[in-house]
Amino acid sequence: MNEQIICREAELGYENTTVASGIDFTVCEGDYLCILGENGSGKSTLIKTILGLKPVSSGSIEWKGLSPKEIGYLPQQTLVQRDFPASVSEIVLSGCLSKAGMRPFYSSELRQLARDNMERLGIADLSKRCYRELSGGQQQRVLLARALCATSRVLLLDEPVTGLDPKAQNDLYELIMELNKSGITVIMVSHDVNAAVRYASHILHIGSRRQLFFGTKEDYLESRIGQSFLITENGGEGEQATAPKKEESDAKAILAPAVTVATAAAASALITGIIKLGRKRK
Amino acid sequence: MSEIIDKLSLYFSYPFVRYALIVGLLIALCSSLLGVTLVLKRFSFIGDGLSHVAFGAMSLAAVLPVIIKEIAAGISASGEVPEGVRGFADALSKANNNYIVLPITLLAAILLLRPGKNAKIKGDAAVAMISVGSLAIGYMLMNRFPTSSNISGDVCSTLFGSTSILTLKEDDVRLCLILAIAVMLIFILFYNKIFAVTFDESFSKATGIKADGYNLLIAVVTALIIVLAMNLVGSLLISALIIFPSLSAMRVFKSFRSVIICSAVISVICAGFGIIASILLSTPVGSTIVTADIIVFFIFCIIGKITKRA
Repeated sequence: MNEQIICREAELGYENTTVASGIDFTVCEGDYLCILGENGSGKSTLIKTILGLKPVSSGSIEWKGLSPKEIGYLPQQTLVQRDFPASVSEIVLSGCLSKAGMRPFYSSELRQLARDNMERLGIADLSKRCYRELSGGQQQRVLLARALCATSRVLLLDEPVTGLDPKAQNDLYELIMELNKSGITVIMVSHDVNAAVRYASHILHIGSRRQLFFGTKEDYLESRIGQSFLITENGGEGEQATAPKKEESDAKAILAPAVTVATAAAASALITGIIKLGRKRK
Repeated sequence: MSEIIDKLSLYFSYPFVRYALIVGLLIALCSSLLGVTLVLKRFSFIGDGLSHVAFGAMSLAAVLPVIIKEIAAGISASGEVPEGVRGFADALSKANNNYIVLPITLLAAILLLRPGKNAKIKGDAAVAMISVGSLAIGYMLMNRFPTSSNISGDVCSTLFGSTSILTLKEDDVRLCLILAIAVMLIFILFYNKIFAVTFDESFSKATGIKADGYNLLIAVVTALIIVLAMNLVGSLLISALIIFPSLSAMRVFKSFRSVIICSAVISVICAGFGIIASILLSTPVGSTIVTADIIVFFIFCIIGKITKRA
């Protein structure tokens, strides 16, 4: 495996304040790294630093065989974009801008590249449509196609599924998975732990101001931090207290029944509620 | 009908009317080009703020010779203005005001839109402060050092441009032509970069495009356009000239390129129509053009609603 990004004991922050320290990870070609963490834990600062928009306070972030400019980046949607009058093909083509260099216009090869990427993400039939009239999922595909125009090697996604409905979320995750299988390194920032353990190959977990975990998904599932985080997400308050006390190895075994019990309880509550409501109506 | 044609042909036989039409159409074209970008970047009020700065600078330019003479008279013992100073002041009052207005407005534009978010006073507050401040100082200067007996008339024409477009000299037309060509060339050459920076600044930065540099370019070109448009509609109505055509085009068209082309066409047609109508109806040029823009905006709103439903 070829190493692409090596981050050693990096400390991130603005002029005088430290946002996160001791960030230490390696990304190899073809990896699917998921960066987890709460709000304010320094995820977005880490992205900016990886992209080279901000310097590291101390430590180092090293690039092997590519520059930060060769990253395809999918930023979070901004307010400006919501009512922006632009066609899909114009937006996808704007991803080729860094390859056009000083030339004022796009060459025919770059136009072909944009068409190929729209084809690849299944939005070729939308190319003349207006961006602001598309659904949330379609908009993310457009921005993903633009990111692919800028790179064919590393994709950095900043909470790509925010604001999408569950079906669109799944579609987008599957799409990113396919891109990863075709050899593109994926670095994704997310709140969604379940999706992270389902799709990612590596996990980087940032806690309050420091790194809590970095390693493969399998190790994460075994680790104490991974288990407590997963159970808080999946189960209720009752399981949270008991789970970390158990042996690490059989945590997976507890996890499954816990989820089943919780789901069953919720379902039965729902059914009773509906029945009661029905009676009242009568 | 023939009466109207007779009246128009009479007016167009005067060179200053022809100058007014040429300059008017050029300014309308330039202001509509950047209008789309400014509206989308939420910089609509930058136009307003800078036009007030230009007003302040213009009154400064108008009263500067008077100030210099008064100060010189105060310093010299006899109370007479020395010959050299008088000559300098006279030369200054003959020089084109644009040579003073342009640098000051450019400076203000760069200050307001300069890259970096660490400024103590941000965004709208900074725009409001600079625009109101320069408006006040401009009016005060005009009152304290009057250049003519009709102060309120002077202020009115600077703010609303009621007559200034009809007093253009060949020199003004030439400066206008050069600036307009520069603005159009910059816009065409950097069209793709302006689009990328307007649509998504963080993506552009991440892929190695110097977004701050292009933002600066947009600021400079905006300042150029505003100084140009001062002659036509005066400083108060410049925002309308920048904003209305692009907002109208956005109601109906769906791609960036078609919005820009459409807003340029709307702006040029409204300007031409407004200038001719103002001659025939003897109304102020600036407000007639803006009224035409407002009517077109409502027509496009209705067209947009109908096409959306269909």
